[in-house]
Amino acid sequence: MSVQHYYPSQFKQQASDALANQTLRSNFRGAMDYLQQKRKDAFSDPQELAQLREHAENIRQRCLSKLPQLLEQLEKNCQANGIQVHWAEDAKQAQQLIAELIQSQGATKVVKGKSMVTEEIELNQHLEGLGIECVESDMGEYIVQLAKETPSHIIMPAIHKNKQQVADLFKQHIKDFDYTLSVDKLIQTGREALRTKFKQAEVGISGVNFAVAETGTLCLVENEGNGRMTTTVPPVHIAVTGIEKVVEFLSDVPPLFSILTRSATGQHITTYFNMISGPRRAPERDGPSEVHLVLLDNGRSQAYADEALRKTLQCIRCGACMNHCPVYTRVGGHAYGTTYPGPIGKIISPHLQGLAQTSDLVTASSLCGACEEVCPVKIPIPSLLQRLRHDAKLPAAEQTPSLKGQASAASWTEHTAWRMWAWLSTHPSIYNWAMAVGVKLAKYLPMPMGEWTRCRNKPELASQTFHQTMKRRASKSVTRSATGGAR
Amino acid sequence: MSQTGLRIYPSKPSKVYFYATCLLDLLDPDGGIAAIELIEREGVEVIWVEKQSCCGQPAYTSGYQEQAKTVALSQMALFPEDHPIVVMSGSCAGMMFKHYPHLFANDDIYADQAEAFAERVFEFSEFLAHICRAKLHDQGPLTSVVLHTSCSGRRELGIHASSQALLSQLDKVELKKAEYESECCGFGGSFSLRHSEISQAMVEDKARHLQGSGASYLVSADWGCLANINGHLAYRGEASRFNGQHLASFLWQRTKGAKA
Ligand code: SF4
Repeated sequence: MSVQHYYPSQFKQQASDALANQTLRSNFRGAMDYLQQKRKDAFSDPQELAQLREHAENIRQRCLSKLPQLLEQLEKNCQANGIQVHWAEDAKQAQQLIAELIQSQGATKVVKGKSMVTEEIELNQHLEGLGIECVESDMGEYIVQLAKETPSHIIMPAIHKNKQQVADLFKQHIKDFDYTLSVDKLIQTGREALRTKFKQAEVGISGVNFAVAETGTLCLVENEGNGRMTTTVPPVHIAVTGIEKVVEFLSDVPPLFSILTRSATGQHITTYFNMISGPRRAPERDGPSEVHLVLLDNGRSQAYADEALRKTLQCIRCGACMNHCPVYTRVGGHAYGTTYPGPIGKIISPHLQGLAQTSDLVTASSLCGACEEVCPVKIPIPSLLQRLRHDAKLPAAEQTPSLKGQASAASWTEHTAWRMWAWLSTHPSIYNWAMAVGVKLAKYLPMPMGEWTRCRNKPELASQTFHQTMKRRASKSVTRSATGGAR
Repeated sequence: MSQTGLRIYPSKPSKVYFYATCLLDLLDPDGGIAAIELIEREGVEVIWVEKQSCCGQPAYTSGYQEQAKTVALSQMALFPEDHPIVVMSGSCAGMMFKHYPHLFANDDIYADQAEAFAERVFEFSEFLAHICRAKLHDQGPLTSVVLHTSCSGRRELGIHASSQALLSQLDKVELKKAEYESECCGFGGSFSLRHSEISQAMVEDKARHLQGSGASYLVSADWGCLANINGHLAYRGEASRFNGQHLASFLWQRTKGAKA
């Protein structure tokens, strides 16, 4: 099975294709409208919301400020609970590590709960290459897997598909499927197909929402019960997480959990909340006999090293920024070509894949601020985008070795143009002259405005500038030159 | 400084500086004059500093922070006295209010100056509604209007309600609501050129929603958005019916015969 691939470096083409796909666009618009409304209803009191966000932000910042110690504490307490802890520096290491764990069991059948971090390391493809079957057990992920696609949303992987498309997929892949467009029946069909997979699986893989350093507990948030099945039915459980998911205290979890689910789907609480604190113990009759935790860096410590960029790691992966992003709403998740799409994808992917690959993503925002407005942990996404734009443009000499792909989008012509612009803007008499000449000559100039005029007429310039108008205006207003500053 | 619109406003000053912004300079001098008339009618003297050019935002959002800083410093120096600075576009006001302090946050020499400068920056509708507490007396015929609030006005300054507060004082103007009111129009400066297809999808939707309100007039306090939306309306040949104008022009036209 080869999965349909998308690349961040092809963002423009992929976005263009998505924009031309009317079904996709209406699927996304409908879904985003629904999710926006759900979130709005869940936070009806703005003051309460402000307090919750403040609290959540504080927790995340405190935990990140002690990240190295907390990771050590987590490792120690997990081990004390009987969880075996492994570290992976990059995607490749993580793939190999997990594959070895599976192979050492002699296993070939794996079920997996929804986990973006395993998408990030392309685990399914790797395992498949080794002859290991890895079935997605989250309904959305399962649909996406059948379609040989990657998730297009971090919370709702198959949100780009409507029920018709899902029914068609089931017809293709599930034997004896009684064709229906009833959503309940579709879900039932998927569940039944998965049921056998749970029973056969020798290993279950899951993600982690919060890893509690204080107690060595792994928390898993889900709605379908598949997470519980995945982590309890097979004899071995492997949990995989990015290193930033660690929290200090057990008491940090409830406030984060509550704001996570409300931001994501408008739910006050999910149907399932799993707390995993080790393998089955002596008299216990169920649960896996081995639990492993894989802690993945994959560029996160690069973000961690910079005080401003570190805020990226506050993310609790609720997806609210996507749900409210006007760009995501129109192009959908696949266009980004990254595991994490939308606003969070634009600020985290440069750390995972380097700025050279992702420099189109950081410019693909009107900086409207809708993402920052809804982010439950108050990540200043627009400011971080501007920072990354800056880093992508740094002239080579100014590079500091903090970010992969810095200066990759640097262009001498662009840099020179902005220097000239800055010069002009700080020389008022020449600036005013240039503007005045500009408005006079505009109608004679061809003014190539290519991309602007794709859907707009050229702006109609006034017959004289405001500067000129004010010269002629008789009024009590004082027109005066400044005392200093501009040369 | 908050983004929640909970800024504490000073009392009405005797003088203000006027910041026209480059788009107003090039595209809509009449809007600037209308704004000055409105402010002067409130008994406030307007100081026009001729040397102003651009707030630096285009360079800043394109990733050229050094150039943005150079321009920001030159602009800050133009307003030495303690008067408020009234800015004619939400995005430029947002740049000066929110991003100047960011730009100089780690600068030993200019950090305080940028903070102090930002404190004095007010967007036009914010100034008229919250500091002048202008009382408007409608002189025009019955009509209806739809307001486009800008993202920077809304999210960087928290002042999306101030334009609305001013318009709702006009008793013969029905204020219509557009769907997706808080959604971006797709301008975003260089975004509209770098990612023109996405920007197009956004402005098409925005124009449709604004027109769908059924209003006779479109107003906005932000010329960035207006240039985008008007440009698109003109492209579709619908500008004459529904051409957007600056809030100041609309307010002045409706109230110019009246006393403050
Ligand atoms: S950046 Fe904020 S809004 Fe987006 S997924 Fe992360 S926590 Fe949620």
